[in-house]
Parts: sequence; structure tokens; C-alpha cells
Amino acid sequence: MTAADRTLPALSLALQVFLIGGWFLPDWAQSLLILAFGKGLVVLGLLLLIRTGLVSFGQGLYYCLGAYAAVSASKILAFPDLMSDALAMPLFGGVVAGVLGLVLGFLLARYRAIFFAMLSLAFSMILYGLLIKMSVLGSSDGFNIDYRTLAGIKLPDGMKLYALYALSTLLVFIATACLHRYLRSHLGRLAPAVRDNELRVEYMGSSVRYVVHVNYIIAAVLAGVGGGLVALSIGHIDPDLAYWTTSGEFVFVAVLGGTGNVAAPVLASLLFEWIKSAAYQYAPYTWQMVLGITLLLVIMFLPAGLWSIFQRRAREA
Amino acid sequence: MTAILHAQGLNKRFGAVIAASDIDVSIEDGSIVGLIGGNGAGKTTFINMVTGYLKPSSGTIRYCGRDITRLGPRQITQLGICRSFQIPQLFDSLTSRENLLVALGIVVLEAKNFASSASLRTENIEAVADETLARFNLTKYRNTRVGVLPEGVRKLLDIAMAMVVKPRIVFLDEPTSGVSADQKFVIMDMVMEALRAQSVTILFVEHDMDIVSRYTHRILAFYEGRIIADGRPEAVLNDNSVRKYVVGDQPVQGAAHVAN
Repeated sequence: MTAADRTLPALSLALQVFLIGGWFLPDWAQSLLILAFGKGLVVLGLLLLIRTGLVSFGQGLYYCLGAYAAVSASKILAFPDLMSDALAMPLFGGVVAGVLGLVLGFLLARYRAIFFAMLSLAFSMILYGLLIKMSVLGSSDGFNIDYRTLAGIKLPDGMKLYALYALSTLLVFIATACLHRYLRSHLGRLAPAVRDNELRVEYMGSSVRYVVHVNYIIAAVLAGVGGGLVALSIGHIDPDLAYWTTSGEFVFVAVLGGTGNVAAPVLASLLFEWIKSAAYQYAPYTWQMVLGITLLLVIMFLPAGLWSIFQRRAREA
Repeated sequence: MTAILHAQGLNKRFGAVIAASDIDVSIEDGSIVGLIGGNGAGKTTFINMVTGYLKPSSGTIRYCGRDITRLGPRQITQLGICRSFQIPQLFDSLTSRENLLVALGIVVLEAKNFASSASLRTENIEAVADETLARFNLTKYRNTRVGVLPEGVRKLLDIAMAMVVKPRIVFLDEPTSGVSADQKFVIMDMVMEALRAQSVTILFVEHDMDIVSRYTHRILAFYEGRIIADGRPEAVLNDNSVRKYVVGDQPVQGAAHVAN
């Protein structure tokens, strides 16, 4: 059995470990893990884009949109019951992000390299600028967000956090497993092919633009769901979710994990949140420097990301 | 034999440079045609125009009676015209087998658009990939990343990639360039055997006249964007214009000119 074939059983095992183990974790650790899982979903989308040869510095657009979409629908469209559901909110965020990804994808699928990166960043900053000015959405202060049910079932106060934790664990499992299968499908196999040689893909009879567009939409949906989860975990949203530094953080995590496996972004996100949290605690005035040094070390010693350690061991075995 | 491809009045200009000038040619179904000429003679420009990479400045290209002049590479490939490249165009980070799986996956994905792919199913693409590797003697490279393969092997894989869509016409752009002299005929024998098994019309660019005369039914000689000779190999290779402008030999006294 190859290393790649072990991914789905390993993910299933990880799901069980996290679901059971999470029950015994303190609240702060559960919150940290929800945050890491939510951001891990965004980075999972980035993994797909990077495998297609594209780096987006604007995933904050969909991350923020996912967070705002559910709450805005609740406030503006008056669906309070549906939109206070911990499952419906991130899923709705994913749908809205996917629709915007579909629309913007028609333009972005034409661009490559730095032009794609900068254009994606520009769109996220446009959203940031709009949100800052929109008083109905709380302007720069944003607003608080809460959930009362999960899949229609009312949650007792003592269960709310674990329910959200279990949901985020399950969503991450579904997303990684689905993406793993997708990358082994005919369309998914075209991602590295497009990265390597667009001309050949066209000369084999496929549309490069279509492949890029589909992968861009998938990345948008994942970012939207991730944004929804993080919003529920923090209990507050504001325009900073779309700020370019947020998008930069996702690229940071993608580099940290590498693109060798669908589990890499989630593991990297867990590690990143742990380093960030520890740096806040032990070096509150120099935490950015800690993160910077971490990235520097990874690029110097593990240019293919942390997952390359597992790949190297698998090759040696 | 009936004409499968017909180019009429093809011209291509890049600013002041004339890359193709008044090319009129019909290619019969099932024929093997050699394209010869010096560097910049217009051979690759002709291939690029027929396969949709370049749009002609004027003129028309018809394939099975259909005007394909303005179609792109994707649509032309789907109609049944494929090509290999002078510099092999492969997916360098993938293995040989993965390259073929990508190519075969496209055929399955785009089955409704391909003219000739009805029998390919998801369940059998791995077997087809292995069979293709065996046919081109590439089995030992199946799990090797193609970015590190020798040029001759890359050339073969490039041709194998073009053949997986079961084209009716295939253009091979210098299939033996970069291959050692003693391996050229070995490779060409293998390629021709594999291609003949699929009853495909073959046009190939080649600078080695021994290869051209051995494998082709017909030769088109290019010079300065024009076809200066068109006919059977022995006649074209003895044509005075071809000897002077293409082969580089002295013209033969009393030799006939093979009209285009």
C-alpha cells in the first residue's frame, strides 16, 4: 500500500481521535482547535490553488465573506432561526463564497503568477473597503455573532462549544477526504498538469481556464466555510477578516505545511495557532518576530513544508 | 485516397517577416508525409497553423471538409488532429504513467467532445496507460518523473501522449532530434509501428533525409515559407531546388523540377 493510499484511513482515525479527545480538552484548547480547523479549511483551498500553479493573496475575501454572509442574512433577510444554526451558518457562508468565486473566477482564471496574486489581493481589499464604510454591517467595529442550535437541535449552554468543535472536526474531515478524492479524479489530476504545462493540457483537448475556474471556486467555498466556523468560534466579525495580512497568514500556513498531502494544511494550521498562541503568551511584544523566524527556518530547512518530513520517511521506508 | 486535410492560400506574417506564403496542399487519408526544409523554412509554422496554435493571416484550412481555420488547439485536438513537439511538452513533475493518466483522463472527461474516444472508460484507463507505455517501450520509466528522463525517452512519451486520443492525423515535429544517430532508426521503427497500428495519417518534420526517404510516401519541401516541391520522396530529394535550398547539395544536371 502506498503512502497516498493510507490518507483516508489516517483521516478517519484522526477524526475519531479528535472527536473523542476533544471532549476532555479545556475550553480554551477547543476554541483554539476550532480556529485552527477553520483556517485550515481556507489553507486547504490554497493547497488546491498552489497545486494548480497559483498563489492567491486574497483568500481573505472569501474567508471574510463566509463569516459575514450568514450573519448578514440573519440581520438583513430576517432568517433568525435558520441563521443562528451552527451548521447552516458556515454552509451558507460557503455557498455565498462559492457564488462570488464563480463570478470572479471568469476574470481571475485568465491571469497567472503575480497578476493572479495581486488581483486576488485587490478584490479582498475592495471588500475590506466596502465593509469599513457600511454602517449596516457594523463598519470597522463589525458585530457580535452567536449560535443557538446545531442542525436544528437546540444546544444547552454547556454543550455549545463542544458541539461547534465536533462540527468543525467533522467538516474538516469531510473537506480533506473529498479533496483527496477530487485530486485523484480526472479533473483533479489536471491541477499539477496545468501548473507544469498549460500548452500541453490544451493540446490534449482540455480547457486550462475551466480547470483553474473550478479549482478557484472550490477554494472559495472552503474559505467561506472556514470563515463561518472561525466567526462562530470567536463570536465576533469585523472587516479585518478581509485585510491583506489575513490572506498573507493563510499563505504563511500553506508554506509551513507544504502541498504534499491534504492533511498538511490542517496540521500546519494547528501548529501555527499553537505557535501564535504561545508567542502571544511568552513574547507578547515580539510575537511577530517569532512567527517570522519560524517561517524563515521552514523555508531554509524544509522548503517543501513540514509534510516533506513524512514524505522523506515514507521514501526511506 | 481521399483528402483528409486541405490547406488553401495559407499565409502567415509576423510584421515584415513572411513565415508562410501561399501554401496550397491536400493530404490524403492514411498517407505518411515528410516535411523538410531548413530552419525558418515554414514547416513548424505550417504545423502551428493547422493545429490551431497560430491563426493564418489569410487562407483556409479544412479537415474532413470542415473549416478549422479559426479553431484553437483544444477544439482541433478534439476533432482528431494531434501533435508532438520539437521540444517535448510534458508534465515534468509527474511520472510517465501519470502523464498518460492525465491525458487519458481528459479523453474520458471530454468524451462527448472527442470525435473518437467512445470505448475509453474510467475503469480501464490504467490498463490503457500501461499498454501505451509498453507499446512505446517506456515501461521501465513508468514511475520515473519525466523531468529527469533522457531527451529520446521524452520524445517517445510526447508522441505517446499525442496518440492516446486516437487522432486521425498526427504531426510529429522532429521526432528524432536530440536522439543519437544509432538510435534514430530504432526509435522511428517503433514509432511508425505504433502509429500504423492506429491507421493514422502522419506528417512529420525531419532533417535526416535517410529517415524521410525511408518512412514517407510523400515529401513537402519548404523554403522561405513556401512549398517548393511536393511529390514522391525520390523525386523531391532529386529536385534541383530541393538539393540547392534544402539538402544543401549541388543541383544535378538535367534533373526535373517537382512542381508544387
